[in-house]
Amino acid sequence: MLKFDHVSKVYKGGKKAVDDMNLEVEKGEFVCFIGPSGCGKTTTMKMINRLIEPTDGSIYINGENIFDKNAVELRREIGYVIQQIGLFPHMTIRQNIALVPKLLKWPEDKRFERAEELLKLVDMAPEYLDRYPHELSGGQQQRIGVLRALAADPPLILMDEPFGALDPITRDSLQEEFKKLQRSLGKTIVFVTHDMDEAIELADRIVIMRDGKLVQVGSPEEILREPANEFVEEFIGKDRLVQARPNIQTVEQIMNPNPATITENKTLSEAIQLMKEKRVDSLLVVDNERKLSGFIDIEIIDRFRKKAVQVGEVLEKDMYTVEEGTLLRDTIHRILRRGTKYVPVVDKQQMLLGIVTRANLADIVYDTIWGEEENLAASEQ
Amino acid sequence: MDTLHDLFVYYSQNSAYIWEQILRHFLMSAYGVLFAAIIGIPIGIIIARRYRLSVWVISITNVIQTIPALAMLAVLMLVMGLGANTAVVALFLYSLLPIIKNTYTGIRQVDHALLESGHAMGMTRFQVLVMVELPLALSVIMAGLRTALVIAIGIATIGTFIGSGGLGDIIVRGTNATNGGAIILAGAIPTALMAVAADLVMGWFERLLMPAKGKAKAKKQSETATETV
Repeated sequence: MLKFDHVSKVYKGGKKAVDDMNLEVEKGEFVCFIGPSGCGKTTTMKMINRLIEPTDGSIYINGENIFDKNAVELRREIGYVIQQIGLFPHMTIRQNIALVPKLLKWPEDKRFERAEELLKLVDMAPEYLDRYPHELSGGQQQRIGVLRALAADPPLILMDEPFGALDPITRDSLQEEFKKLQRSLGKTIVFVTHDMDEAIELADRIVIMRDGKLVQVGSPEEILREPANEFVEEFIGKDRLVQARPNIQTVEQIMNPNPATITENKTLSEAIQLMKEKRVDSLLVVDNERKLSGFIDIEIIDRFRKKAVQVGEVLEKDMYTVEEGTLLRDTIHRILRRGTKYVPVVDKQQMLLGIVTRANLADIVYDTIWGEEENLAASEQ
Repeated sequence: MDTLHDLFVYYSQNSAYIWEQILRHFLMSAYGVLFAAIIGIPIGIIIARRYRLSVWVISITNVIQTIPALAMLAVLMLVMGLGANTAVVALFLYSLLPIIKNTYTGIRQVDHALLESGHAMGMTRFQVLVMVELPLALSVIMAGLRTALVIAIGIATIGTFIGSGGLGDIIVRGTNATNGGAIILAGAIPTALMAVAADLVMGWFERLLMPAKGKAKAKKQSETATETV
């Protein structure tokens, strides 16, 4: 999809920003460039759409040398999102989103249709189309910034620290949303950041750069497991490396596969008995095929004790679940942030597979703290 | 009260003449500013891209601005002779500075991030100018035209010394007449009113063209951008 072939960039005054870089990016891949400031990651990214011309080497997109193409036409085929968002303040959201299609001379109705269609992708109401950027919050503005990059359906999108200026909570939700969007649309993304957490969470492959050179290229797991040298280790940070082991596990590995469950046709008194027997305060409600439909807990039973008889009448359907294969570190993060006591694990058909509780988390923390020392003790002997 | 009465009499007896002078006065100023806009706005756009050139151009226009109006008219008269055209040229020269400088400032203050996204989205240089820079600079450019027009209306009164006509004629006639206070006022009041009216009308245009609160936001964006750098 994208290929760097011996690319170098020397700025005036002899500063080498990028030094003989070779890299290939697959279609649909999410690549994060990361490194300390001045390491050449932004320069590298900007060379892809020729905002910066390299001094040496060539870049290929789908086998075509980009320097054989007209720079303006090339840029219209590549999405671009920047940290400062850069929405045009004198244009409405609709005009902002539909700008690249306008440059590509799409007919007006098709352009505006596309703007509406895109806005639905990020769950924003169509009223926003006629507002101006300053009427939106920072997070909403950057959502529009992303949509603007998607407008002409480019296969490749460049992003320069797009979530860097947002507050941590907005950033988290935008990252999550964007990752989903990227998976469903299958775009190739080149993403520049200096935030290791962001890179680990989003990237399929991380490219660590220093002084214009590639230091290590690999999946987040590979980099966490086997940092290439001291620089990478330092850059990742000690705490992340310590966490790395449990981080790369998936939820199935630690979940309890036999959670306390009950079916909808049971009575409340049966439910309470079951709770007493299993020493738990809530039960997952499933149907005969073990498809998860909700949960029931002691508070609900207490509240409806006199009015309802069957579990099916009072169960709470609104609950947070994770799919099998989800990485443990994301799940822990969510359990802690949302303050929930447990998270059911389901497969794609909502069939119940198991449950991750706070007790499981205690196990992991125990392993991280004592497991390490036991290993050390073992190796010392 | 006598002066006011005289003024009233003067107006009622010479209304056609006064209207003619008001129109002439306004047209001289407007032409001067118009020509200056035609030349000055493109110059402002060009120097906004070339820093070295901008230093030179702005210094030159600054020098023009410091020449006393009477001296300027006298020198131009030597070259171009008497008449309204010479006055228009002088007004043109005086209008250049506010127009060039405001165009320059207006274009320079457009947030760099917007230009970058414009280019990165695949706009040509011309499209960036027309779709991004000019719309965002428009209100500042209008402010320049407004200043230029107000200055021009003031200076146009001096044009009378090189026979350009206009409201200056009436004022000078009043200074030459014995007890000519009423006649001086008859010329000075419309001049002042015209300047105020021009200021108000142009100010209204300026606000109309302002990308409203969007501008405040753009500023804020660039501020946050510099904070995070």
